[in-house]
Amino acid sequence: MDLDDTPEQAAYRAQVRGWLDEHKREAPIVGDPTHPDAIEDEQQIIAARRAWQGKLAEGGLAGVTWPKEYGGQGLGPIEQVICNQEIARAKVPGILDAIGVGMLGPTIIAHGTEEQKARHLGPMLHGDEVWCQLFSEPAAGSDLAAVQTRARQQDDGSWRLSGQKVWTTNAQFASYGLLLARTDPDVPKHKGLTMFVVPIDAPGVTVRGLRQISGEAEFNEVFFDDVAVEESAVVGGVGNGWGTGLTTLMFERVTIGLGSEGLGYNSARFAAAIASDEHARRDPQVRHQLGEIASELLAVRFTGYRTLSALQKGQVPGPEAGLAKVTIVNGAINAGALIADVLGPDALDEDSQWAYMISFLPGLKSAGGTEEILRNTIGERVLGLPPEPRLDKGIPFSELRSKEAAAA
Amino acid sequence: MNLALSDEQVFLREAARGALSRFKTIEAAREALDGNGGAMPDLWPTACEAGWPGLLIDEAHGGAGLDAFDAMLVLGECGRVLAGVALLGHLPATAILGDPPGAAPDLAALASGEKRAAYLPAQPPTDTDERWTTDPASGMRRSPAPIASASGSDGFAQVSGSVAFVPDAPGADVLVGVALQGGHPVGVAIHADDPGVRIEPVHRYDATRSLGHVTLKDARAVVLDAPESALVGAWYLAQALIAAESLGSVETALEVSVAYAKERFTFGRAIGSYQAVKHSLTEVLRQLENGRSLLYYAGWARTGAPQEFALAASAARSVAGRALDQASRTMISVHGGIGATWEHDAPLYFRRAQLSRRLLGGTGGATDRVAGELMAQAA
Repeated sequence: MDLDDTPEQAAYRAQVRGWLDEHKREAPIVGDPTHPDAIEDEQQIIAARRAWQGKLAEGGLAGVTWPKEYGGQGLGPIEQVICNQEIARAKVPGILDAIGVGMLGPTIIAHGTEEQKARHLGPMLHGDEVWCQLFSEPAAGSDLAAVQTRARQQDDGSWRLSGQKVWTTNAQFASYGLLLARTDPDVPKHKGLTMFVVPIDAPGVTVRGLRQISGEAEFNEVFFDDVAVEESAVVGGVGNGWGTGLTTLMFERVTIGLGSEGLGYNSARFAAAIASDEHARRDPQVRHQLGEIASELLAVRFTGYRTLSALQKGQVPGPEAGLAKVTIVNGAINAGALIADVLGPDALDEDSQWAYMISFLPGLKSAGGTEEILRNTIGERVLGLPPEPRLDKGIPFSELRSKEAAAA
Repeated sequence: MNLALSDEQVFLREAARGALSRFKTIEAAREALDGNGGAMPDLWPTACEAGWPGLLIDEAHGGAGLDAFDAMLVLGECGRVLAGVALLGHLPATAILGDPPGAAPDLAALASGEKRAAYLPAQPPTDTDERWTTDPASGMRRSPAPIASASGSDGFAQVSGSVAFVPDAPGADVLVGVALQGGHPVGVAIHADDPGVRIEPVHRYDATRSLGHVTLKDARAVVLDAPESALVGAWYLAQALIAAESLGSVETALEVSVAYAKERFTFGRAIGSYQAVKHSLTEVLRQLENGRSLLYYAGWARTGAPQEFALAASAARSVAGRALDQASRTMISVHGGIGATWEHDAPLYFRRAQLSRRLLGGTGGATDRVAGELMAQAA
């Protein structure tokens, strides 16, 4: 049992570090308003980070786990983590399109046609075309298979899309989206779904920012009004959208499992905030709360290492990785509350480093699967507990609404 | 990076499970509580056969030369079946005696288990209390560590003081702990049959655990060569071991509760299908997994990052202690009324949780130490 690099891993780390040493001066300065060269304009930040992603890709620091034939490095998750660690150590931004490169690209690699791979993967990896994930809808989150966005095939084989997506990160500057739509409402809901590639600049697509508790708009609503896409836009075959989507969600778990510390929700940072107050650092109640929160957050770091060790042996992380998300979010919520108790209302001021976190976390509790649905999934898949009885099994999607109305 | 069990570690764990399965430890726990002649089985011969007493003693002195994580695996198996094997007292004592290697007398006899040691737990100074302290017999105020006289020309010193709730003290051959000599902490080894030693067995809430109040009055002690880091390390080793033991008990509590939630039906459904029950069980699993990860952290840190061992072991104790509290309460709730009766095993796990939480500085003390260690790092 050890946490050290093998000689091969150490060599890879040295290679990544060497590249970063050579190129880090080319990285844009973002997120540090005190820096004289900091870029503050949102458009300029996006443009600079796109260009930086292109450089990372040229240096082999993007798409580490992608196969070589699609521009990746053909390496494993452990090298991905080493790369993330070195990027964090160099204090430079990572890739802009983590959702595309981490989740959507691998889905296309797994299920896409050769034409789709040839057309999309290169520009995605280099940041020339950013992607967004068009899965969730106002009435389809935990119950993702309830999506209502409708795709109707035309006589010439092309498709017309109508509906609404929500919680779409990066849609405001994305070129493409991977969209889950209903193609057949007359079969049970998991069966009538299909995945599409949709250009965000297609006529009929409207992207609208969605402001959150913090006042910022990091997510979007995306509306589709009779949007035309070609027959070749289908990913993974008509009617196979659910299976294709599960691949994306599996990569989402890996991405969250390996990148959680990147959110900055770690015990050392929270402890430093408390320690800065001489009274708080000696207060038994504050210490007790900090100790409880910090122990759990420390645990998550080592859960990540356990996940990594399993991945190294070729095992796929299961739904239990979701428990780490529950721990991180609740730990950070409790830490934010404790720090604000210690610092007082100042912690809620816009220029406090804590205000944004405190406002962001209540929403994060539902992101990537609500806490309740995660606990259901884990209870059923990991502990083997029986599922909730459900009213939608085997019933055509088009008949569900009347069933629901009758049960209400 | 390799944070997984080796084949040898899997074998060690399976062998421990097999060896302990030969005893009806849980039935014995209930009978011992009844007080009508029931006694816990003596598991020390089994431990000796398996080589557990020498787990942390180097091979040159008859031990297995293994590390904390291996010992934690064995303690986890003990915790699963509430077995009292006297390792919680013995192993931290051997860690002090074996540092530096071979310095202490009787090491080979302690490695084979022919003799048994008990560790007198002493909490190292914290960022808010600069003293070495021991658990008090009652109340919140911690006791000062025992005091040693200056060493005589024969190398012996007289030690006086008291240490309450010492795990596995009754029946031990030698007591190993910390005493202050001229204000400095030193390791001491005291024969339990010395006239200056009084060990009062304490029969408490959880009959599976052997405890004793130890009073020393000018007890003749060997002053050991152990460095201060070994004295500090023994405390955290004890924290890691009780954490591992607790998580073993959590495993059983969760398995039994999940099995019942699948077979017990209400309103035409298995109760495990209800979110309220399912979510309370996944909460136990969440805490168990967090605790397991911290056992890996502590197991790795003891030799891989010694400066982090205090933090890692304290965090493991904190999470594991809370997990056992939660798991044993959930076990009772999921079983409904029957879970709160003498006929069920749940009360035995509940009793184990309640007493464990208050030993070795308490789960709360470990939680406080996590905060202290992290804030000290931040300074």
